[in-house]
Amino acid sequence: MSLLTPDSGLLFWMIVSFGIVFVILSKYGFPVIIKAVEQRKAYIDDSLETARQANEQLANIQAEGARILAEAKEKQNAILKEAFAEKEQIIDEARQKAAAETRLQVEEAARRIREEKEKAIREVRSEIADLSIAIAEKVMKEKISRDGEQQQIIDRLLDEVSLYKS
Amino acid sequence: MKNNLINNRLIWIALLLWSCTLAPAQADTKEEGVDVQEIVFSHIQDAYTWHITEWNGKEIAVSLPVLVKSEERGWDMFLSHHLHHGQTHHNYYIAAEGEHAGKVVEKNSRGEEVRPLDFSLTKNVCGLFLSCGILLFVVLRTARWYKKHPNQVPGGFTGLMEMAISYIEDGVIKESIGKEEYKPFSSYLLTVFFFILINNLIGIIPIFPGGANITGNIAVTAVLAGCTFIVVNLFATKEYWKDIFWPKVPIYLKVPLPIMPFVEFFGVFTKPFALMIRLFANIMAGHTIILALTCLIFITASMGMVVNMGMTVVSVLFCAFMNCLELLVACLQAYMFTLLSANYIGLAKVKD
Repeated sequence: MSLLTPDSGLLFWMIVSFGIVFVILSKYGFPVIIKAVEQRKAYIDDSLETARQANEQLANIQAEGARILAEAKEKQNAILKEAFAEKEQIIDEARQKAAAETRLQVEEAARRIREEKEKAIREVRSEIADLSIAIAEKVMKEKISRDGEQQQIIDRLLDEVSLYKS
Repeated sequence: MKNNLINNRLIWIALLLWSCTLAPAQADTKEEGVDVQEIVFSHIQDAYTWHITEWNGKEIAVSLPVLVKSEERGWDMFLSHHLHHGQTHHNYYIAAEGEHAGKVVEKNSRGEEVRPLDFSLTKNVCGLFLSCGILLFVVLRTARWYKKHPNQVPGGFTGLMEMAISYIEDGVIKESIGKEEYKPFSSYLLTVFFFILINNLIGIIPIFPGGANITGNIAVTAVLAGCTFIVVNLFATKEYWKDIFWPKVPIYLKVPLPIMPFVEFFGVFTKPFALMIRLFANIMAGHTIILALTCLIFITASMGMVVNMGMTVVSVLFCAFMNCLELLVACLQAYMFTLLSANYIGLAKVKD
């Protein structure tokens, strides 16, 4: 059957043309395409990796930023607290100082009042003595002479009066 | 399973050839019968002229160059229309019958009919050149696109080519041969795949530049299978040859009668032989079926209007269906040939 016997001419041309096609394609055809596809694949992989890294870095930066913000807030809080405490302290100190001053002034005033009072009492006492003496002189001039016994009586009486008063 | 497939195909072919011989026998009983066998065979086989059609009784055909070397007279070249209808040119003519029926023969000095060395650019050779040209154009254009557009993703036809190449490269070649060793074979296998695919596809196109039954010709598939045979055995490892001549089977299967080595050695040749027959038979069967279905219209022409109309509808529907099937077969057979070639190469690369 001629269908199953290969024809020599076609065999020859087939070897020639297939050989040429194979040589050309294995040199300029498929390796070029495959290489290009592989290169592109590597490029895409690289790009994906770079993008992933960039994303990671971005996430890191964001975390860092958040951390810094939190820190700053904490610091701010601390400063505020400190300032508040300081304020309280200052006010307290001022209040204490004022209180001390006031007390001193009050004491001073009291002391001065006491002194004034004593001085006044002393003055009044001598005045009264003088007055009494004058009165008694006048009385004595008229009735009795002035002796020690009488003077004693007068002093005692005056003490009693001043004690009674104070 | 593979052998089953071949067997099935062979049975199919046998049935078809048988039905083809039946059809003209029936037709011959009518007065104006259609010689289906002649039509089918003249298409499936090679021809010196590329017959296109007949118009108003005039044959429209492309005359192709005949290139022969006679033992006695040396080289000769002329166009094939000189040989039409049994004409003799430079003492060459196309034998009508006998051993060399349909081929260019000459009468030598002793008056015997001998066949000269025939390198004619026949229909199949021209079809082959055409598809080689298309293949080169398509692949080199794709390659050029990649050079012009580094690191870009192609669309359209280039994208399709990339998809096919990647699929064959990753899905077939890498899988079958192994990731370490596939590189030197990938160009060969890809060339084989696209070569067969494009020839199959062009063979399906019924109008002029297409339609040549290239991959359905045994010479073409023999060269392809022979290449695979050479590649497989040239790059085989020591372990592969050891497995053939001293396989791991019980000793009584090797000594004194080398049964298993013989079977294994036989297998070295049957594998590419199966490749050759599978591709040839598949494509030839496809062409035969489609032609036979088309001829059905002309056979029934003499059976009356109704029968003819009915058969025409049936035949056209079947033809459309068969063409779709052939499209599938065209891709499938290219894939099969590549897959099996890659598998054989992979088997020859065994390492223990």
